[in-house]
Amino acid sequence: MALLEVNGIGKSFGTTKVLRDISFELAEGEALAIIGSSGSGKTTLLRCLNFLETADTGSITVAGETLWSAADTRTQSEEAIRKKRLHFGLVFQNFNLFPQYTALQNVMLAGQLLAKERPDYKQNKKQILADIETQARQLLAQMGLSDREGHYPHQLSGGQQQRVAIARALALHPDILCFDEPTSALDPELTGEVLRVLRELAEHKTTMIIVTHEMKFARDVADRILFMDGGVVVEQGDAKEVIDHPKEERTRQFLASYGK
Amino acid sequence: MGEAAVIWGRLTEAFWLNCQLFGLTLLFALPLGLVVSFGSMSKFAPLRGVVKTFVWIIRGTPLMLQILVIYLGPGLMGFTSPWPSGGSGRLVAAVVAFAINYACYFSEIYRGGIEAVPKGQTEAGQVLGMTKAQIFFRVTLLQVIKRILPPMGNEIITLVKDTSLANVIANKDIIMMAKEYSAKGLIWPLFSTAVFFLVFVGALTLLFGWLEKRLDYFK
Repeated sequence: MALLEVNGIGKSFGTTKVLRDISFELAEGEALAIIGSSGSGKTTLLRCLNFLETADTGSITVAGETLWSAADTRTQSEEAIRKKRLHFGLVFQNFNLFPQYTALQNVMLAGQLLAKERPDYKQNKKQILADIETQARQLLAQMGLSDREGHYPHQLSGGQQQRVAIARALALHPDILCFDEPTSALDPELTGEVLRVLRELAEHKTTMIIVTHEMKFARDVADRILFMDGGVVVEQGDAKEVIDHPKEERTRQFLASYGK
Repeated sequence: MGEAAVIWGRLTEAFWLNCQLFGLTLLFALPLGLVVSFGSMSKFAPLRGVVKTFVWIIRGTPLMLQILVIYLGPGLMGFTSPWPSGGSGRLVAAVVAFAINYACYFSEIYRGGIEAVPKGQTEAGQVLGMTKAQIFFRVTLLQVIKRILPPMGNEIITLVKDTSLANVIANKDIIMMAKEYSAKGLIWPLFSTAVFFLVFVGALTLLFGWLEKRLDYFK
């Protein structure tokens, strides 16, 4: 059974249809790359999955549980959505680290706040907080940032900030980790360090959805590719297959513009 | 004790009223301004309209007039005056007028500060499962404070000097006290009130400079 089932997602802003009948599935441990030109709806799709935008139609199901359905208003309350968001993690194009917190605090903050909702929080407070800290340090180490724990975001390079953001998202153990053009705001020489992290995550079978313009990366690292254009899924399939032998004319044109 | 020392003493006493009015105005206007700013940013259009109109009226009319209306208005309209009699009533009325007036100015500064925090900060909090309150207090607030410190410093310094306006309803502040002497032909007490204001504002300037430095650690 697929871990994530997205069914018939549609979204309009005013009279502009941004997404039309988007459906796809994602198995556990799979990495899906979403490609397409600017304005094709990739980012909006990712934002719908993370409930930053509310889709007009369709449903989102994770591990058999329908998290959100346009047909069922009970799934749409603010509080219901807050909890369901935690199935997904999102890494933003512009990192969006909290500037007043150090790298370590950025990674720990959400976990600390969520821990307060645990019934055993009062009894085991010390242990819970210590565990959160240990885990955050491990994640930063995994990102190669052990020596940057105490640095504030403005003291870090873009690539370092994005790696902190990835650690921050991983800290909550999302089922599916989403990346919205994670290297687009970075200087070319810094994209490598972020892509390396993504590659490692894929090797460790992290379930991921990556919106990207890095075609070579998508081909080599993703298991599957979804090509979007004009708010619809034009083609999806095995990553190497789609890039090397696109079936649709539109996909071919798009890849050609990347010199592929 | 020479006459000069007596006059300095009486000026200092009168300045205490300015200080009280200053402190009480801040105490009420700082939080009230936040409520007003939320109203002016409300998604509910009628509420937003009412709050914005109210802010326009308060910012669009002289504070001196507002003090008079608040103090004398109820009585003139045939109601019994809500203010306690005597000096304390006059001070309370002035505090109410000042708090409302300054809350409106603060609300616009708050609104500017809140809207200047990138939307991505809120979104990052949301995808991390934070509640609206957690996002406001743990993510947004300090960034807002950092942004609004300079304009707030400006406004609060203006408040120090505006406190004199309370003498329009016979609150005996330092300017009113000094004027009594100038009416008797002694002009130096009036000029020397400047010293009180300069010292007070100097201290505030140092305080705000220190606060800004304290928040310099992040960008």
